[in-house]
Amino acid sequence: MIWTFISNGIGAINWTFLTDIPRAGMTAGGILPAIVGTIYLTLGTIAFALPVGVASAIYLAEYAREGRFVRVINSAITNLAGVPSIIHGLFGFGLFVTFLRFGTSILSGSLALFLLVLPIVISASREALLNVPRSFREGALALGATRWQTVRHNVLPYALPGILTGTILAVARAAGETAPIILTATFFFRPTLPSSPLDGTMALASHIYYMATQHPNIVQVRPLVYGTVLTLLGMVLSLNFVAIVIRTRHRRGKKW
Amino acid sequence: MDKEEQRGRRDQNLKEFFVEKLLFTSATISIIVVILIFAFLFSQGAPVFGRISIAEFLTGMFWQPTSVIKPEFGSVPLLHGTMIITAIAMAISVPTGVVIAVYIGEIAHPLEKEILKPLVELLAGVPSVVYGFFALVTLATWIQQLTGTTSRLNALNGGIILAIMVIPTIVSLAEDVITSVPKEYREASIALGASKWETIRRVVLPSSAPGILAAILLGFGRAIGETMAVLMATGNAAIVSLNVLDSVRTITATIAIETPEVAFGSLHYSALFALAILLFAITFVFNYLASIVIRRLGGSRR
Repeated sequence: MIWTFISNGIGAINWTFLTDIPRAGMTAGGILPAIVGTIYLTLGTIAFALPVGVASAIYLAEYAREGRFVRVINSAITNLAGVPSIIHGLFGFGLFVTFLRFGTSILSGSLALFLLVLPIVISASREALLNVPRSFREGALALGATRWQTVRHNVLPYALPGILTGTILAVARAAGETAPIILTATFFFRPTLPSSPLDGTMALASHIYYMATQHPNIVQVRPLVYGTVLTLLGMVLSLNFVAIVIRTRHRRGKKW
Repeated sequence: MDKEEQRGRRDQNLKEFFVEKLLFTSATISIIVVILIFAFLFSQGAPVFGRISIAEFLTGMFWQPTSVIKPEFGSVPLLHGTMIITAIAMAISVPTGVVIAVYIGEIAHPLEKEILKPLVELLAGVPSVVYGFFALVTLATWIQQLTGTTSRLNALNGGIILAIMVIPTIVSLAEDVITSVPKEYREASIALGASKWETIRRVVLPSSAPGILAAILLGFGRAIGETMAVLMATGNAAIVSLNVLDSVRTITATIAIETPEVAFGSLHYSALFALAILLFAITFVFNYLASIVIRRLGGSRR
């Protein structure tokens, strides 16, 4: 399957394709606005997901005691992880786009994707924190450090590679998601680059969908779709690859 | 203790206090979000039941929300579409997934395992719209050539692409469970003279059955909630037919197609949220069942 995409897609990709706006009714030109849109959407997603996710994980791993509250949070996280992505999209459409009047925009899309990846970031970060040996904390506490000082200087730095791996995987997931963003953030055609978070945008994933199903001239644009698929795959798979590299390096460098 | 030091300590305590509160607040966001999604879906979906009864929604045979003469909001054709392609997908992916998991966990050479496991992870990372495009362009053509069907995009096409997407989920979970079966079990079985195949069938599979069941349930939840691939592969005709070569339309595809065009607050708008509640309820049940099975598993083995 991957071979189909590489053999059909590679011919479409060249410098113009990656750096030009779509031209001639989207039958020629490039996909720059879609690439930029995907990057903005994923950056927006991290901007929300990383602080909230890591802070939640720190609370759960370092502060919270076993009890009802933790059980409730855990089941909330599991539930959130099980929600189909189209529901995130519909929810985002209803709440962010219409009710809060953010419109079809990068902000709405990032928020919808944030809800989608939050459970992934929390679980990965919590796992990473819990993998830091107990003695690291005890050492700091015994020297009179406060709890936050302990976490900040003796736990977080060692959990960082694990947290990063989880976050990158979550971002890769967000970059490829289509259903939430077609309801909250993207347009079929918007050749100008977005200049504010409240602008709508094009994105690679939605571009594939629109071009493959809604473009009036389906056969003529097919090579461009193959090219877009290959670009998106390249982006998502290289993110996955980076995550795996960080993970193996970290495992090798671990001395405790 | 002099004044300076006292003040320093007080600031320190204050900081600790605020940091803890901040972390606590972040942790509650997940709860708030889940409640918000629930509440929002219900508040937006409920109005539809003022106009049509729940029974009508659940048993109506026609989904024609934009009909000028008489709009119909029966969810049966959509539920049927979702169920038929999920059934096809599970029929293919469960046996295939379990076989691959057994192969990776029990039979494969360590080197093979090193290659196969990341490959499965990689397949799980491919965006669903890419699978959808593959189904739309390539798979649909193959199926058409094989069966000579007139509707290129159909339930079979959707079911097969969904199976390909669910297999990595089932394989990676099932393989974890199979690998975690204690080594002693296998050694005992082999020591009693059982062959490798007998050991797998009589010892390894039964003792990992609950975990495999959980993997299947999670795969099911994933299949039901999948949108893009299904949307692009099935042709999206809201008809009830048991012929797998007919086009079908799923709940998820309906939400994706109709939401961008719906008028805010209209009956149709609220019917889409009612569909989302239905979908949410189905996936919730399956994820819940899976979590019970996983909890049982954790309790019994350790």
